[in-house]
Amino acid sequence: MNKLLSILLWGAIAVIGGFGFAAIALNRGESVNAVWLVTAALAVYFLAYRYYSMYIAARVLGVDPRRATPAVRHNDGMDYVPTNKWVLYGHHFAAIAGAGPLVGPVLAAQMGYLPGTLWLLAGVVLAGAVQDMIVLFVSVRRDGRSLGEMVKMELGNVPGTLALVGVLAIMIIILAVLSLVVVKALAESPWGTFTIAATIPIALAMGVYMRFIRPGRVGEASAFGVVLLLGSIWLGRAVAEHASWGPAFTLGGTEIAWAIIIYGAVASSLPVWLMLAPRDYLSTFLKIGTIVALAIGIYVVAPQLRMPDVTKFIDGTGPVFSGSLFPFLFITIACGAVSGFHSLISSGTTPKMIESEGHIRMIGYGGMLTESFVAIMALTAACVLDPGIYFVMNSPTAVIGTTADKAAQVVSSWGFVITPEIINQTAKDIGETTILSRAGGAPTLAVGMAQILAQALGGKSMEAFWYHFAILFEALFILTAVDAGTRVGRFMLQDMLGHVWAPLGNTEFLPANVFCTGLCVSLWGYFLYQGVVDPLGGINTLWPLFGIGNQMLAGIALLLCTVVLMKMKRERYVWVTLVPTAWLLVTTLTAGWQKIFHPTPAIGFIAQGRRFAEAAANGTLIAPAKSIAEMQRVAFNNYLDAAVCGFFVVLVAAMCVYALLISLKALRAAHPTVKETPREEGTAYA
Amino acid sequence: MPESSGSLAGAFSRFRALGERGREAWRGVFGIPDYDAYLAHLRATHPGETPLGRGEFFAWALERRHAGSGPRCC
Repeated sequence: MNKLLSILLWGAIAVIGGFGFAAIALNRGESVNAVWLVTAALAVYFLAYRYYSMYIAARVLGVDPRRATPAVRHNDGMDYVPTNKWVLYGHHFAAIAGAGPLVGPVLAAQMGYLPGTLWLLAGVVLAGAVQDMIVLFVSVRRDGRSLGEMVKMELGNVPGTLALVGVLAIMIIILAVLSLVVVKALAESPWGTFTIAATIPIALAMGVYMRFIRPGRVGEASAFGVVLLLGSIWLGRAVAEHASWGPAFTLGGTEIAWAIIIYGAVASSLPVWLMLAPRDYLSTFLKIGTIVALAIGIYVVAPQLRMPDVTKFIDGTGPVFSGSLFPFLFITIACGAVSGFHSLISSGTTPKMIESEGHIRMIGYGGMLTESFVAIMALTAACVLDPGIYFVMNSPTAVIGTTADKAAQVVSSWGFVITPEIINQTAKDIGETTILSRAGGAPTLAVGMAQILAQALGGKSMEAFWYHFAILFEALFILTAVDAGTRVGRFMLQDMLGHVWAPLGNTEFLPANVFCTGLCVSLWGYFLYQGVVDPLGGINTLWPLFGIGNQMLAGIALLLCTVVLMKMKRERYVWVTLVPTAWLLVTTLTAGWQKIFHPTPAIGFIAQGRRFAEAAANGTLIAPAKSIAEMQRVAFNNYLDAAVCGFFVVLVAAMCVYALLISLKALRAAHPTVKETPREEGTAYA
Repeated sequence: MPESSGSLAGAFSRFRALGERGREAWRGVFGIPDYDAYLAHLRATHPGETPLGRGEFFAWALERRHAGSGPRCC
């Protein structure tokens, strides 16, 4: 009976998903309802979870629910605690989900909704969720060790050190690019700037409340924090319209960049309870609330996708990011399809809290599917916008100019007809003075969300409120990530520099702490500043660099998984990790190569650097640079970006060689050579 | 009517217990382990040791979540 029910249920899900894809396929060339897209995606997630992740758990990994996990063996009530699987799922999801899945898909929408959707679905099912789940498994079998330690154990000391340096480099780039997203959202926006600034005193008040007034009352403090935040959005409009306060909160890109750099340095030096923890609670509440609201909103409003399924920009001439569909789509959408960063979380606190190996599937694979769903909704929100508005918001000033008239003319010439009136009206609807060149994902997503949520709740007059709510929600968790990431970066620097000069590694030694915090902030601050003054608008330059780095890290994590499978003598199943590894290596190495050596200046860093260096030598200026010194700086920055990209390429190539040699050795061995913690019988949890 | 008020009180206490469990689950999501479970564990396995106070335990969990436990970003 149960079996029959199961067949019926999964059959029904498959049929619903089939209908979704059929609706998309049969209506190509006409507009499709977003509900079909979201439904088809959900069906894919359910089927992949039910069948593929089960196959991986049972056959490929040989998950053993009766084998004691680190949480059971070392249970100390603190670091190692067996945790309810739903609670741990929430904990894990809150840790992996950030701004990444909201930015990449929005940028990728320039190629149409179809390429991004297909990559998100195929990528998560075959690569991203597989990586998260197997890394979690490998870490659980090794006392919850971190990725760096496991690479050291299974691949050797040199690859272990290389992986750590790679992680630090990616951290720096991600902090810079996320900060840049905030800069793009807040520049010339007094309303947005005021609400974000207001989160600082609100967080401080919450911190004091939870520390001294009602210790540990997370829920209470967060509830009043959320109310105050909503109040600050409401107040923001009045501030923006005020004769003297409005201009005071109207800041340019470089001013906001400096503000974030100073914020990063100060915030990451404060005790965690004062600002980071309360912001973390606020952003988690807002994140979950907003994602649920958006999902409900899409189903209630059922908007049409107005972006074409595929645009002409798959040829690489797109204004949002340069380069053709292969390989650049696959590095633009990292989080949501496959994200190397997750391998650090799957080998962080999660493996120390898992009750049973039987939960690995739900937490590792299921957690990543949820993140992919968030990415699908972000893509949907960007694609229900008028494509003309989308391109006006995401193209750099160098391409579309700085006036609504010029922008409308350029974007219309691409075939996305738009008038200056519509551009100005859209800006007015969301309570802003301009929407031109607000690349970076957040503003576009915010406009899409505002239109969906306003249709569901509040009507046109609420659009400006919802827009600033969406901006607040994204900026809040990006700034939380900047604070948390700077702390982690400082610890990593201290760990490494401690080998050079021991006192630098002492985290109790104040001068060392200050020095390493400053160093970390300077590193990402430099790239942020470079992005703000970049001729192509920064996102165009930095996002691919982040994508390449993140996918390289995923490549390293999947190489580790492959080596572990080989050492377990499970070589007949090794395709499960080898296929995504190969795909990631091919796309990221191609992308890396093109970013360095491509002759088109918009794509290749060296070509762009040379263009500026030669023009500077001839004494000609290329906008937006205003002096020869600035021209030389742009040239230098491009050479620097080429070097960072080259570092990622060499790093992953070296890893590949190590992994191959060790895999061959494992293949020749007669018995498993894997270094797992010996098996102990534990209580089985289903 | 004592009976109905009794069942009301019962429902209320069940509701409170449910609320407490919900709060505990929320704290778990934010990386704060169950304090009572920690106390029970410490009493059972290391009877001589002085346990951390509730506030100290909470502070420790915050510190672990936010200071160098590994990146939580994208």
